[in-house]
Amino acid sequence: MTKTLILPRALIAGMAFVSGFCIMTIEMLGARILSPYFGGSLSVWGSIITIFMLALALGYLLGGRLSTRTPSGLTYSLFFIGAALFSLPIILFADSVMRPIMVNIEDPRYGSLLASIFLFFIPTSILGMISPYSVRLMVDREEHSGHMAGLLYFISTLGSALGTLGTSFYFVLWYEVNQILWGAVASLVLAGLVILFFENIMRTNKILRNRGYVNK
Amino acid sequence: MLINRKKLIFGSLIQLLALALLSVSSYAETIHEERSKYRDITVTQTGERRCLLFNVHRGDRNQTCMMLDNPNRLVFDYTRMSFAGLMLQQAPQSILVIGLGGGSIPITFADLFPTAEIDVIEIDDAVVKVAKEYFQFNETQNMKVYVGDGRPFIKRAALRGNKYDYIVLDAFSGDYIPEHMLTREFLEEVKAIMTRDSVLVANTFSTSRLYDHESVTYQRAFGEFYNFKLPTSGNRIIIAQLGLLPPREELVEASRQLEASLDKYGVNITDYPRRLTTRADWDMSRRELTDQYSPGNLLRGN
Repeated sequence: MTKTLILPRALIAGMAFVSGFCIMTIEMLGARILSPYFGGSLSVWGSIITIFMLALALGYLLGGRLSTRTPSGLTYSLFFIGAALFSLPIILFADSVMRPIMVNIEDPRYGSLLASIFLFFIPTSILGMISPYSVRLMVDREEHSGHMAGLLYFISTLGSALGTLGTSFYFVLWYEVNQILWGAVASLVLAGLVILFFENIMRTNKILRNRGYVNK
Repeated sequence: MLINRKKLIFGSLIQLLALALLSVSSYAETIHEERSKYRDITVTQTGERRCLLFNVHRGDRNQTCMMLDNPNRLVFDYTRMSFAGLMLQQAPQSILVIGLGGGSIPITFADLFPTAEIDVIEIDDAVVKVAKEYFQFNETQNMKVYVGDGRPFIKRAALRGNKYDYIVLDAFSGDYIPEHMLTREFLEEVKAIMTRDSVLVANTFSTSRLYDHESVTYQRAFGEFYNFKLPTSGNRIIIAQLGLLPPREELVEASRQLEASLDKYGVNITDYPRRLTTRADWDMSRRELTDQYSPGNLLRGN
């Protein structure tokens, strides 16, 4: 059985790249954001990575679930825009989140863990939803579902690798932490808008095609 | 700049030569080795000279050395230089040392000021253990070690309203001072635990590629500060106070008063006043380091 794709595959691949890139950009900045309050000890990195992993795990689960219902370009774009919105507190309210935690929790391990939950859990979960949903959007035949999933992991992990490298080698040298975060937020919003735009084109094309205005 | 560099190269050549001679003439025996959460720790002994080294495999230098037959004597220039702040604050009653190492700085403080409250912060509990086992460091009623990161400790101390008369910043991790302890915000937090009479002594490297950025940041936080270098040392000690710095004549006077008590540690304090300068020998156009912008070891003078 072959279904029509809602969005072009290349676009979905590109979006998976963007999400992978942004996840690691935010994660790499995590230690920089937390260290003034909880220090630069190994456990602070441990907290950040733990929370990112848990958030992604939950995101994968939920994203996969959501994809079983009628998948739509609108939902897909909302992941990006939602992740961008929920990343804003990292930029805007970091101090108000971390200060009371630091004051109330003596042990920097649990302090940094809690701060990571508040700052990173929601946006990272939403970013995690993108991967399984992308798979669903790219697959139109059962036989090649594994192939598409592999391609998607490849591209999003490539994005993650470059996000890690770019952030830790260059961005922190060129920009301030918040400027980099704004960059990630802007990229995510832009990605969401691009998806909406293409979804619209595809839908219009489909309607026109069905009415016979456009040659198949 | 050129002369400076030449001097530097010459200086390091001499140091290398001395090192080579030393290693030929005497064999350093490793008496303890361990891999902690943060670093490889090695304790070596050459005759009566016992040294603490971090990350030997990467070629790091000695952190602390002590002469077993004369444990009072401070072996390194930078440890001796850390006491230059006494010229600005002669009788500290509360002392904060960030970074324990072999413990020679807090040990000396405890010896000099037995009634002073001394807090030491060390991130690596293995270093605390080694300092106690091999370098005669002991916690006492008045001297306590807290295992943890220096920055949150200072932040908390500020929230509690604690003040210290003498603060030594001597925290090093990996290549250099941790990035979050180089920023303007950090220095503002340090200022919050100082009074008008307090003195801050920060150990930095004069050859660091962060030298300019670091100097600009301290200058913005404290205004004028004393820059203290010795020709025999690659360290640059920053000495800062909240208010205006005392004039040099006062330092000369103070150093004379301190001379006798510091003699047994090998601190030649009367030589120090003329080495202290407020002259800015750094590029003042360099960017200040902040929590938002502190790429630490990525910066290479660009």
